[in-house]
Amino acid sequence: MTGELTNAVAVAPSSDALTLDPLVVAVVLAMAAVTVLTKVGGIWLVRHVELSDRLEAGLSVLPGAIVIAVLGPELAAGGPAEWGAAGLVLLVMWKSESILLALVAGVLGIVGFRALI
Amino acid sequence: MEANAETAESSESEADRQVSETDRTPVTFGWDGVRAGFLTCAPIAIGVGGYGVAFGVLANQAGLSVAEAALMSATVLAGASQIVAIELWADPIPVATIVLTVFAINLRYSLMGAALQPWFQSLSWKKVYGSLFFMADENWALTLRDLQSGNGRGAFLLGSGIAMWVFWVASTTVGALAGGAVGDPTEYGIDFMLALVFVALAAELWEGRSSVVPWLVALAVAVVASALVPGQWYILLGGLAAAVVEVIRYDG
Repeated sequence: MTGELTNAVAVAPSSDALTLDPLVVAVVLAMAAVTVLTKVGGIWLVRHVELSDRLEAGLSVLPGAIVIAVLGPELAAGGPAEWGAAGLVLLVMWKSESILLALVAGVLGIVGFRALI
Repeated sequence: MEANAETAESSESEADRQVSETDRTPVTFGWDGVRAGFLTCAPIAIGVGGYGVAFGVLANQAGLSVAEAALMSATVLAGASQIVAIELWADPIPVATIVLTVFAINLRYSLMGAALQPWFQSLSWKKVYGSLFFMADENWALTLRDLQSGNGRGAFLLGSGIAMWVFWVASTTVGALAGGAVGDPTEYGIDFMLALVFVALAAELWEGRSSVVPWLVALAVAVVASALVPGQWYILLGGLAAAVVEVIRYDG
């Protein structure tokens, strides 16, 4: 995680807020195209193909599983400060169900824990 | 409401009943539906703006301009997949990995869209496709609830989706502008903020006991694959392994 983000940051942030790099725009539009495909594809599909409940169950676990797949190696690469902050986010999400509050707590947590440890 | 007339057919299955309801009480598509959807969804859309601000900051840190981040939110409008895309963003941009991962994460929208078919079958394709562009998790759930209660407001998805779109694009812009003002990301813990956003996302996607097995499979495969396979393939491998295991162990 830390390594990857360092790479990303090394790509100097654009100085002009209104910059539209043709390649970036192309990637964004490709992302939009496949997303629209998934959004309208379902209704098209139920008219032509019968999806089994079994397949639906498999597809429905994808979002959570992918989030966990992203998160797992990042947490594994972290230390007590990172794990503590992650736990703090979980706790605030569970208690308040507020994303903003949870993220604020998490960022304060990571800064605080790193200073302490 | 009109739905009461249908309770006589309670012997039919839930899905059949929904279809027969819409056969008899046509779903309308008008301004009342747009307005009801917008007003119902606005408070939730403001809350989702928390992700939007975070996404904007992270997109800026990853090298996207304010305009590029806003463009992504305006055209993609699928939070989790956008945040994962920013995680994958690098120089050079791994185009195939990003597009494929976004597609995989958003496959669930096919199921969600298909669930609306009983009500949408009487509407024109233009209205259906136009509305579905604005479908996100939150406003889909609100729309399904409204349609199931028998209101017959076909434009509810569009109205609630416009609320999502407005706040999502606005909060992304705010975040991207703020991100430019942040200097060294590690100083504020922003280098780990992306992971924290994922922790919050996971807390929202958690569905109780049924999530345990697929999540453990995804975790194990991703951690092993990230050590063995170059690049970001561990994300797709973890997700696909979980889906395959779920398909195998599904017992109705």
